[in-house]
Amino acid sequence: MAVSVSRRVREGFGAFRTATRLGWQIESNWADPLVFAIYSIIKPVAASLILVFMYLVITRGKAGTELFAYIYVGNAFYIFVGGVLFGISWAIIDDREHYEMLKYIYLSPIRIYIYLLGRGMARLFISAISVAIALSFGALLLKVPLRITAIDYPYLFAGLILGLGGVIALGIILAGVCLITARHSWGISESVAGAFYLLCGVVFPLDVLPRWAQAIGVVLPPTYWIEAMRRAALGEEVAGVSQVLGRFSNSSLLLVLLGTTAGLMFISHLFFRAAEGRARRRGLIDQRTDY
Amino acid sequence: MHPAIEVVKLKRLFRKKQARRSWRTVVALEEIDLEIQEGELFGVLGPNGAGKTTLIKILATLLLPTSGQAFVDGIDVVKDPRAVRRRINMVSGGEHSGYGILTVRETLWMFSQFYGVPGKVARERINELLRVVGLEEEANTRISRLSTGMRQKMNFARGFVSDPKIVFLDEPTLGLDVGAARDARNFIKSWVKDRPGKTVLLTTHYMTEAEELCDRVAIIDRGKILACDTPENLKRRVKKDSIFHLEVAGLDSWEGLHEIAGVKQLVSTPRDGFTELKFILDHEDVLPQLLGKITERGSRVLYMRKTEPTLEDVFIELVGRSLEVDTAER
Repeated sequence: MAVSVSRRVREGFGAFRTATRLGWQIESNWADPLVFAIYSIIKPVAASLILVFMYLVITRGKAGTELFAYIYVGNAFYIFVGGVLFGISWAIIDDREHYEMLKYIYLSPIRIYIYLLGRGMARLFISAISVAIALSFGALLLKVPLRITAIDYPYLFAGLILGLGGVIALGIILAGVCLITARHSWGISESVAGAFYLLCGVVFPLDVLPRWAQAIGVVLPPTYWIEAMRRAALGEEVAGVSQVLGRFSNSSLLLVLLGTTAGLMFISHLFFRAAEGRARRRGLIDQRTDY
Repeated sequence: MHPAIEVVKLKRLFRKKQARRSWRTVVALEEIDLEIQEGELFGVLGPNGAGKTTLIKILATLLLPTSGQAFVDGIDVVKDPRAVRRRINMVSGGEHSGYGILTVRETLWMFSQFYGVPGKVARERINELLRVVGLEEEANTRISRLSTGMRQKMNFARGFVSDPKIVFLDEPTLGLDVGAARDARNFIKSWVKDRPGKTVLLTTHYMTEAEELCDRVAIIDRGKILACDTPENLKRRVKKDSIFHLEVAGLDSWEGLHEIAGVKQLVSTPRDGFTELKFILDHEDVLPQLLGKITERGSRVLYMRKTEPTLEDVFIELVGRSLEVDTAER
């Protein structure tokens, strides 16, 4: 029963499309479309406003500065990280604990990566809308210097694709963790997203972190990704805010992002395979933990 | 040609936590050997906890064995799980799993796509399966609105939507009403009969189901295969014995009945207002002595009949207890 490459590709694409559809139905199911649309707008705006008010209180009302734009844009793009990490890893918990369908997904011939990626696509799509809303809100009402004509689109898209690749790899690692843990699965993706928020220079430039935290931050792809997104959106001048990342030119930043993303993808593959083996050894794939 | 399923010295141990830092090792499967040929409808019969589900989970690539080997369609389930998954599907009975937000048809369609079934074939097959399991009217109903029985029917249909070469049915009729269970059994029978080369491995603790459906049956208890043969040959093991079924009122204890010479096995099941006793005797001559012992205790025999051997009797003879009692106790 040898299966041709073209058939595998066709089946893989069909399975991805089906998993994406399932993910979208699960994500958008809890409310009617209008409520869901309103929620999708309010959530990023509210999250941005929290940050804005914190910044205004600390700087005593100095909006519109370079640092404010640096923080605001980084924070807006970080929506992707939380969304994709949560979307991919949550699929394991949701399918195993809630729907009790993970074992049937597992014993189908679909590659589990394709399935998880499909399930995460809905969150990615919602996150993309949230990012666009947050950036528009910043540009229109908070004087963030974002001009549609000034954005470096090729750099933005190249960085976006590489960065998302890194976040997906992180999501796969977290999915592996969820596969072999029970008690703590629920909070893992949120905890990791929170830690990355601090370590990847999203709100504070890496320079203000202690040395050990900087050492962690410089090996994480989202650090370079967020920086690349800022430069694409705000221009290369923003590179001066962080001295640690400022020494990279735009192209070398993209190269480092490529390298760290490739490394992370390789690690995530090894880790997920190991987690899967452990889950099969311990009989965790269809285990309901009920925590 | 290789067997559809081959199991060689398959062993599976579990560690169960008893208290803090205290673990107990449970033997789920103890070096079992099994060979199931292509086209067979093979039954694994045993009480809850006998190791039936563990066996299916290993064959379905969900669980790794502790030692030994298992092959599905000649493929090692440990070394090449993806190749195995292309050939199999599985149905677990008594489950109410499902994506509540999808309809029955959407669920079946989704799984057909995960198995790479072409669209036209999938649509036709889904319609056929919906008809077979009696869910035609509920085809566009969300899973969350289905009763437990309907969810199980949907789950049953899901197991066949890929038209697998080998299907594992783990207690497939558990929790189904009588009519639905009969329909499911009929479908399983015709599925194997009408499609040469298809193989079914079915686990059950319903004797009649195993007897009605299976070409061969393995009786399993506490991780060991105690016997494996056709239902007829298994029953022949106890054919020379006399099997009596008694209903006795006022029987407080059946101690001592076991010790009567010629009583091979005795199983007692308390019922509402009476006790059901099943005796396997070496020969009928033992009966008067047995009835005397019962009436001596002031008990009354309400009903007595001699029965033809069933798989239940084979199980009692092999294990020393009734499957029904065993299952209820666990």
